[in-house]
Amino acid sequence: MRNIIGFAAGLIFGLGLIVSGMANPAKVLNFLDILGPWDPSLAFVMGGASVTAFIGYRLVWRRGTPVMGTQFDLPASGTIDAPLLTGAAIFGVGWGLGGFCPGPAWASLAIGSTGILVFLPAMLIGIVLADFGKSSPLFAKKGA
Amino acid sequence: MGPVVATEFTPWLSLLGGVLIGLSAVMVMGMFGKIAGIAGITKGLTSAVPGLATTGDRSWRLSFLLGLVVAPLAVLLATGSFPQQTVPTSLAGMALAGLLVGFGTAFGSGCTSGHGVCGLARLSPRSAAAVAVFVAAAVLTTTIVRHVL
Repeated sequence: MRNIIGFAAGLIFGLGLIVSGMANPAKVLNFLDILGPWDPSLAFVMGGASVTAFIGYRLVWRRGTPVMGTQFDLPASGTIDAPLLTGAAIFGVGWGLGGFCPGPAWASLAIGSTGILVFLPAMLIGIVLADFGKSSPLFAKKGA
Repeated sequence: MGPVVATEFTPWLSLLGGVLIGLSAVMVMGMFGKIAGIAGITKGLTSAVPGLATTGDRSWRLSFLLGLVVAPLAVLLATGSFPQQTVPTSLAGMALAGLLVGFGTAFGSGCTSGHGVCGLARLSPRSAAAVAVFVAAAVLTTTIVRHVL
């Protein structure tokens, strides 16, 4: 049952990315290119998604517990720290370069462009490198 | 990175697609109690690499990714053609972009969906800061690549 719900949620997410145009790197890059052929569509994607999630989250949180779990697992940290900002900046450079973020990358794999066949494995390598990096003493926190 | 193609402004379709993304995020929260961040969900896959901590709930994460992968095939089945997309053609550029997106989202604990959609919906100042930084970095990068280089 968890697998069916997970699959359905992924499919709806993917269809949302495709219908919205977010799975088309040209549209993403034109959103980011405010000096070029600017296409503000992506603001509507973010707006529609965030407002829907804002309302929906508050409705499901009323239940107290998730249907298939013991508790709502929300990020505990509220700290705006160096790893957060460094990671976000690095991600932004990659996003602005290729026009893909992780969701659209998965939802574009089956279309099979050469670009995505290079991007997706590189993304997985990047995730593994970051995980090793985070646990390495190089990035260990010094002092309080 | 490739030719610049003009795209049509699609406010209604984009809004509709955004609502679908939001509904999926609400499903994941309501059913599993989790944040629907694709970077985080993808980490469920890479946690198969030895030496890395395994995240729980592997099965629904894999099924979610499978749903994402199947989405364009569903569009093909329904309409007879794949969704239209124009992907940058520089393969070195795409390899670098992929590395940076993977590294950055894992190091910064989130992407457009985790910090963007879900974080903003939770009114998390941490996610809002991340969104401001990655959008600014992306705008700057695209501008430099298209207008300066």
